[in-house]
Amino acid sequence: MMELDSLYQEVILDHYKHPLNKGLSEKYGVQVHHINPSCGDEITLNLSVEGGIIKSITWDGVGCSISQASVSIVSDLLLNKTLEQAASITNDFVELMHSKGTKEGDPAILEDAVALAGVSKFPARIKCALLGWMAFKDAAVRIKQLNESENRGSN
Amino acid sequence: MSLDVAAIRKDFPIFNRTVRDGKKLIYLDSGATSQKPNSVIEAEGDFYRFHNAAVHRGAHQLAEEATDAYEGARAKVASFLGAREEEIVFTKGATESLNLIAYAMGNAPASSRFALTAKDRIVVTEMEHHANLIPWQQLAARTGAQLSWFEVLPNGRLDLNSINTVITENTKVVALTHQSNVLGTINPLDAIVARAHEVGAFVVLDACQSVPHMPIVVETLGVDFLVFSGHKAIGPTGVGVLWSSVLEDLPPFLFGGSMIENVTMESATWAPAPKRFEAGVPNMAQAVGLGAAIDYLNKVGMDKIHQHEKQLTKYFLERLQKVPTLKIIGPTDLELRGSCISFTVGQIHPHDLGQYLDSQGVAVRTGHHCAWPLTRKLGVPATTRASLYLYNQEEDCDLLVDAIVNAQKYFA
Repeated sequence: MMELDSLYQEVILDHYKHPLNKGLSEKYGVQVHHINPSCGDEITLNLSVEGGIIKSITWDGVGCSISQASVSIVSDLLLNKTLEQAASITNDFVELMHSKGTKEGDPAILEDAVALAGVSKFPARIKCALLGWMAFKDAAVRIKQLNESENRGSN
Repeated sequence: MSLDVAAIRKDFPIFNRTVRDGKKLIYLDSGATSQKPNSVIEAEGDFYRFHNAAVHRGAHQLAEEATDAYEGARAKVASFLGAREEEIVFTKGATESLNLIAYAMGNAPASSRFALTAKDRIVVTEMEHHANLIPWQQLAARTGAQLSWFEVLPNGRLDLNSINTVITENTKVVALTHQSNVLGTINPLDAIVARAHEVGAFVVLDACQSVPHMPIVVETLGVDFLVFSGHKAIGPTGVGVLWSSVLEDLPPFLFGGSMIENVTMESATWAPAPKRFEAGVPNMAQAVGLGAAIDYLNKVGMDKIHQHEKQLTKYFLERLQKVPTLKIIGPTDLELRGSCISFTVGQIHPHDLGQYLDSQGVAVRTGHHCAWPLTRKLGVPATTRASLYLYNQEEDCDLLVDAIVNAQKYFA
C-alpha cells in the first residue's frame, strides 16, 4: 500500500473531493477542450489573461482523481502568475512527471503539485496528471496568438 | 464435466510470478490479451531454434520444414473453425484482417460484386470495437457510401426491430461483432445474416471475443467473413486470422512478393487465395505458435471451456451484483452472454479503481475499451472490465470482490 499511498496523497484526494475553480466562467480569453484518448477523460478549460498576467482559470470535466486533482491544482497555482512564469512552472511539472520517481519537485515552485510526484512511478497515469497542464499550455499558446493578431489588427 | 483449472494454470508459467510486492496475480484481462501456455511459447521458440527459413521458396530442407509447419498451422485453424484451408488467411492481427476486407473492397473494380459507390450503404453497430468501426468509416469516406448502424438498447442488446430499415436494399456490407468486448453481449446472427443476404450484402463478423471462448463452426454462422486474433486465444501476438468463403473474387490489399502469379515490368496478376492476401515473408513463428494454441484449446475442449466460462460468469455476476453501488454495464442474464463483465462502482473513477485493484494484484482493464461510441451512448465515460478465460476460477472473483470493497473504503 506504500506505493499506492504515494500516488493517492491526502492533498490529491482533497483536491479531487473539493476541486478548485471547477465550473466554467462566463467570460474568458480562450476556451480549450482536451481529451485523454486512452481513457476517455475530458476537460474544458477557460483562461483569461490581462497584461500578461493570468487572471482566471476555470474548468469543467470528467476524469479520475489524478486528472481532476491535477487540473484543480493548475487552476490555483498559476493564478496571478505571468505567462512566462506559468510556462516555466509547467516545464518543471512535466519534468517531474517524467522523472520515474527520481525527483520530488520543488515545493516553493510547484506547491501542491509536488503531491503528484508519486504519479511518475506509474507510467499509465502520467497522462492523467498532465491532462490539465496540457490544456493550460494549449490555452496559453492560443491566447498569445490571439493577442498578437489583435495587436497586429490595431496597428 | 468441469475443467481442472489447477492443472491448466500449471501450464501457464506467468501464474508462477507475483506482482506488486509479492501479491498473487489475479489476471482478469484476457479480453485484452490472454496468457500463454508453455506449449505455445515453446512452439514459437522451436520454430526459430530448429526450422527457421522463409516459407514457400528456399530449395532446402529448412524451407521445407518451415513451409510444413506454417501450412500445418493453417490446417489446424481451418479444422478448428470447420473451414477449408484455402479459406484461411494469416494476417498480423484481427485489426489487419478487418482493414484487409475494407481495403480490398475499396480496391475492387466497378464490375466486381465487392465494389462500393456513393449509392451503397455500409452497416455496423454501436457496440463495435474501433477496429470494426473506423475501417468502415474510412471506406465510406473514400467511396461516398453511407455508414449506418444498429443502435444499442439500455439492456446492452442490439435494437433489431429496425433491421429492415437499417439493412436496406442498397446495403453492401454488414460488419458486426459476435461478442461485445465491453458488454459481453453475444449478438444473435440468424436474422441479421438472413436480411443481409436477402439484399445481397456481405456479413463481416468480428469474432475476437467469441472464437477463443466457444466452439465455432463458420458454416453454421452463415457469415461471409470472420476474423479473430491469435493473442486473445492463448496464441502469440502478431498473428490474426481472416476466414472467408468468398476470397476467390476478392482483390488483394497488400502487394509484393508471394502474392503474385506472374509479374512483368508493366503489370502483375495475383495468386489464388489465400496466398493472394499474404504478401511478403509471413509471420511464420507466430502462425506456428497459434497452431500450438489451437492444439491446446482442442485438448482441453472448446465445449468445456465455454461451459466453464459460463459457470464462472454466473458466479461473477451474482457476487458482483451484491456489492453496494456496483452496476453491471451489459446484460445480467446468461442468455447470449460471454465472459466480459464491465461495471462501475459508485463515484469511483474506473482508473482509480483499476489502480487500487492493481495494488492488490488484480489485473483488470479500465477505460472505454476501444469502443468509445458505445460507452458514450451508455452515458458512462469509462468502465472497469473483468474478462475471464479457461485459467480463471472462483477464487479470482472472491479476491476481486474483496479488493473492490476495500477500494470503496480507500476512496470513501
